[in-house]
Amino acid sequence: MAISEGKFTTKDIAEKPDLFLSGHRACAGCAPATVLRLIMKATRGPTIVTNATGCMEVASTIYPYTSWAAPWLHTAFETAGANASGIETALKILRKKGRIKDEQVDVIAFAGDGGTFDIGIQALSGAVERGHDFLYVLYDNEAYMNTGIQRSGGTPLGAFTTTSQAGSAVPGKLENKKPIAEIMVAHDMPYVATAAPYYWKDLIVKARKGIEVNGPAFLHAFAPCPRGWRSDPAKSIELSRLAVETCIFPLWEAVNGEHQLSTPSKVIALAPQKKKPVKEYLQVQGRFRHLFTPKYEKILDEIQRFTDERWNRLLKRCGMTPPAKTA
Amino acid sequence: MPSKRSLLTGAHFMNGDVACAEGAIAAGCRFFAGYPITPATEIAEHLSQRMPEFGGIYIQMEDEIASMAAVLGASYAGLKAMTATSGPGFSLMQENIGLAVMTETPCVIVDIMRGGPSTGQPTLPGQQDVMQARWGSHGDYATVALAPSSVQEMFDLTLEAFNLAETYRVPAMLLGDEIVAHMYEKLVIPPPDKLRIVNRKRPNVPREEYMPFKPDEDLVPPMACFGEGYHFHATGLTHDERGYPQTSSSEAQQKLVTRLCNKIRKNEDKIIRVEETMLDDADVAVVAYGIVARSALSAVRKAREKGIKAGLLRLITLWPFPEKRVAQLAEQTKAIVVPEMNCGQMVLEVERKAKETPVAFLSKLGEEPHTPLEILEEIRRNS
Repeated sequence: MAISEGKFTTKDIAEKPDLFLSGHRACAGCAPATVLRLIMKATRGPTIVTNATGCMEVASTIYPYTSWAAPWLHTAFETAGANASGIETALKILRKKGRIKDEQVDVIAFAGDGGTFDIGIQALSGAVERGHDFLYVLYDNEAYMNTGIQRSGGTPLGAFTTTSQAGSAVPGKLENKKPIAEIMVAHDMPYVATAAPYYWKDLIVKARKGIEVNGPAFLHAFAPCPRGWRSDPAKSIELSRLAVETCIFPLWEAVNGEHQLSTPSKVIALAPQKKKPVKEYLQVQGRFRHLFTPKYEKILDEIQRFTDERWNRLLKRCGMTPPAKTA
Repeated sequence: MPSKRSLLTGAHFMNGDVACAEGAIAAGCRFFAGYPITPATEIAEHLSQRMPEFGGIYIQMEDEIASMAAVLGASYAGLKAMTATSGPGFSLMQENIGLAVMTETPCVIVDIMRGGPSTGQPTLPGQQDVMQARWGSHGDYATVALAPSSVQEMFDLTLEAFNLAETYRVPAMLLGDEIVAHMYEKLVIPPPDKLRIVNRKRPNVPREEYMPFKPDEDLVPPMACFGEGYHFHATGLTHDERGYPQTSSSEAQQKLVTRLCNKIRKNEDKIIRVEETMLDDADVAVVAYGIVARSALSAVRKAREKGIKAGLLRLITLWPFPEKRVAQLAEQTKAIVVPEMNCGQMVLEVERKAKETPVAFLSKLGEEPHTPLEILEEIRRNS
């Protein structure tokens, strides 16, 4: 799937004015803020943004300031998909009646993992089923960070949160992360992709594809949160790279349901020795610290096994052969 | 009898949310389903840590609709169950609160009120959900709502809410506010033998004779739970005493809905609790609740120092509303002052009962409750 204009060179991106401005109140090392800024670099013209309740809604609009140089609407936690549906449909009708010029106005909905995996999935699913033309961006920092680090359907197995405690009785979260992007592919929607901010160009190009595609598009953006992950704020972007290199968060797109690996993950598929063990990713985050004690070591193996399993399934979907099992 | 591990008898220094969680545990709550929301999140966080210590369940749901529904399921399965939220989540819970009313499911809903409407001011206090607690779900019903004004009461009244829920088979509500929830104060948790814990009435008839919605004299039907061998049918549809839907019978609707309202109305003398300060000879009465009542108490004392005969009626039970007491006060006093952190909600109830007696309403929204001086000024104006 080619994009219609621009190549998004470093120069192009640098020259394009920001629509998500600096001065917001996000924490040091906040990857979701980076993700938003990059995605707003991908717009092609007039764009309306709707934002579900969450860190980015709060941090970007502390009264009396705003970081948004685009029309922006805060919607309730559970309704990013529904709110975008309303905006897009109204634009369509206004255009049809000649009340607005016949120019393209794009709609982007931003929501976090709580607002997407959990409370917002009904509105998202409905919007996609009805086929509204909009881009939904999930910025996934893997817990409810806005209310102070509670587990969500996007929190991975073994992670400590304040409602999936790591102690003598419970080893952090007991459940695996929901495969949200695959759930969206199962909607038979035109465009689904995963992205990570270390691979910034890949992320921008995917956002642009999602904007240009006719119909709903879903972008799952991986977004480390140093506060919640108990990680070094200087390492957030590196963490997003490690998640890809360990295949915890592979990069791919599915155009009309056809999966295809993106280059950083394709490199690993073609040269499996480049695949890093999950430990390298887990050990630099305080939220997994308890897994490196004898009591809970087994969960590390479980995470590795589960990561391999999902990766191999993805390879099959992409028409590639998973490596032969070694005994 | 609560175990040593579950009941932390002794003196503590803790915040209101944690005290509420401990009050639930002391009441015998062994199931909590919830969803993070400021300023109630600490209740969930604390219970996620405490519940596994004695075999209780903490379950985080995908939203507040699901939280409330899980609580209903757990209560019918036989556990004392609770959820906790704030304004936006309380709104989402309303349909299932109505289902709890209709199916007469004992449960407790904690709403830590923040500034609304909508997302409003999540980290600031409010008293804007008090009418929603009464009328939030559709249809007619009556239920119970309590308003704590200290950390100690966050514990005591959570326990009391469970007792009322179990006694009357209703969703009982605890309406705290952000200040009471987040402030730290001394809390004394009594020994087990000093706690009054009520459990739901169980059926005492042979299984084949059990009618799940046939009330006793107090208008409350005994409750069997899943798996106890009693056959029953619980539905959100209007139903008869067997629990079977009666969707076209006017008589069934009249009988059921009237009883659902009356089981609270006719028992209100047993339910209602107020705290009275210097009201015996008062010319001006202040009616207040929650955190505002603490400023009001100070204002009333200051008024007395200045020779104004003022007194305070602190509402501990918001619903059912203590209308008889307010009507008596109206006859005795020259004026009633009602300070609230909303644009005028409980004051409507006071006005309804005050008749000719003037009622002065004092609204305050945002970060701080009324100062004692603001209330004093209003008392003086009306004395």
